[in-house]
Formats: sequence, C-alpha cells, structure tokens
Amino acid sequence: MKVGVVTFPGSLDDRDAARAVRIAGGEAVRLWHADSDLHGVDAVVLPGGFSYGDYLRCGAIARFAPVMESIKKAASNGLPVLGICNGFQILCEAHLLPGALTRNQHLRFRNREQWVRVESSATAWTGDYQDGQEIYILIKNGEGCFVADEETLDMLEDNGQIVARYVHGNPNGSMRDIAAIRNEAGNVVGIMPHPEHAVEALTGPSLDGLGFFTSVLKHLSGGSEKE
Amino acid sequence: MARVVVDVMLKPEILDPQGQAVANALPRLGVSDVASVRIGRRVEIEFEGEADLERAREIADKLLANPVIENFQVKVES
Repeated sequence: MKVGVVTFPGSLDDRDAARAVRIAGGEAVRLWHADSDLHGVDAVVLPGGFSYGDYLRCGAIARFAPVMESIKKAASNGLPVLGICNGFQILCEAHLLPGALTRNQHLRFRNREQWVRVESSATAWTGDYQDGQEIYILIKNGEGCFVADEETLDMLEDNGQIVARYVHGNPNGSMRDIAAIRNEAGNVVGIMPHPEHAVEALTGPSLDGLGFFTSVLKHLSGGSEKE
Repeated sequence: MARVVVDVMLKPEILDPQGQAVANALPRLGVSDVASVRIGRRVEIEFEGEADLERAREIADKLLANPVIENFQVKVES
C-alpha cells in the first residue's frame, strides 16, 4: 500500500511521517506541494511544520498549493487523508474539516508529552484503537486551540466526529478538549498531537502513535471496517 | 494605483488571547480605564488600475480572512 507524504515549503515532520508509514509496513511516497500528481497513492499524510512560514494564518497559503487541489478532489471520493498539526490546520483552511485552529490560550508554544483519549475508532486512521483507549504521544504547537461555533461542536459530538480528546490536562485551550476530528465520511482526520513521533522506543514516549499508520493500511486492504 | 484596505478582526465570540495579554500589560503603563483590547490585521491591496471592491472582497473572503473565526471590512482608501 502506498501512502503519500506531502512536503510543503516549511514542512518539518514529513520524514518522520514517511518513516512511520514504513515502520507500519507501508510504502511511503514523497509528494511535492507544487506537483498536482498524486502518483497513485492510496492515502495521504499532511505532516506538521510551518508551511509557508505560517504567514497570514497557519495553513492558509498551503491550502492553495497544486497538490491540495488533487487531494481535495480525491478526498471527496474517499481517499484517506490524515493531517497532523500543521496538516490539521491546512485541512481546516481547505474546508475539508470544520472549525479552525487558533493561538494557544496561554500564548506559549507547548512542547511536551500528552495523554489523549481515542473517542472514535470508526475512521480510516483509528481502526486499530479501542474506543476510549488512552494513548501517550507528543504535542508541539503554538496554534493548537480548536474553535468552532456551538452548533458545529454539537454536530461533531452528535455525529461521533470527535476522534480524540486531551485527557489529564488540556494543553492549549481547545474547545471541548478536542485533539482530533474527522469528516462525516471518516476518511479525513485532523489531529493536533503527533502520532508519527511515537512509533519507536528509541525516540518516542511510547509506540502508541503507530496505530494511525497500521489502521490505514488495514483499512485499505479492507481489513478493519468499523462503523 | 488605487488602494483598498481590508480590516480583518476576530469575531466577537472568539477569544483573543493576544488582546488580553496587551490589556493585562496596560496597568504597567499606568493605564487603568481600558476595558478590553482586541487585535486584528490590516491589509493594503494596491490595484494596478481602478479599485475593485468586489475583487477585494473575494480576496478577503477566500484568503485574507477565515470566515470561521474572522470578520472583515473592505474600503477604498482615497
């Protein structure tokens, strides 16, 4: 299975994301922001970093990259897409996910290990987790505070679109402790913490992040459909 | 050249921690009668010919502001 990892100018975690794909048993394909060709990948990861220097708003300019046009189209046809950190911000700016990510309430960049509870295993990226499972992964963001109007938040809750919440402390003021959400179909997921940094004992706080990458490979081979 | 100014502000219901931090610093200047501070962004667009407000509105809506969290106003600067 081929999982594409996009590099934008200013992406930082593209190599780690590609490595996580390989450790999970997939083939990582590097995609370039200016190339609209998705090179036949079966899924896409938008990695963390500071695309276009985070100028204007995080993700606001990356949204217009040629590769994003293709990803938007493919996502509407069911292509699994995972946006991590800056990738989550890009998915919101591209209107593939509702809401927006704003400056951390305490105004400080937050860089630490964080407990997160998986709320929905019914996505292309979380099938290998149990609902309610707590995982220990990294967070590193300055603009990770998820906001949306009350109506949208209620809709996310009612549709089971909240994929993960912060537990044992909210690191950035996110509304309703939201750490990750999905679109209605469940193929597009945005997450603020970094599962790709928790896939190896040498460098990660746990191996808890690997499940995102094994999940999508299983999903693609038709193995773990949970609805 | 004609200049259009776009003012982008966070919607009133969106928390503005930057504005709060500035407001909290004001007492150190001896200012005690400010109730709140909110911070936005001013963008100046220079058109080559006539000022095109419609086009400026489109630019603001699609790129300069995020309608989920921000409002904007456009005006021609004379």
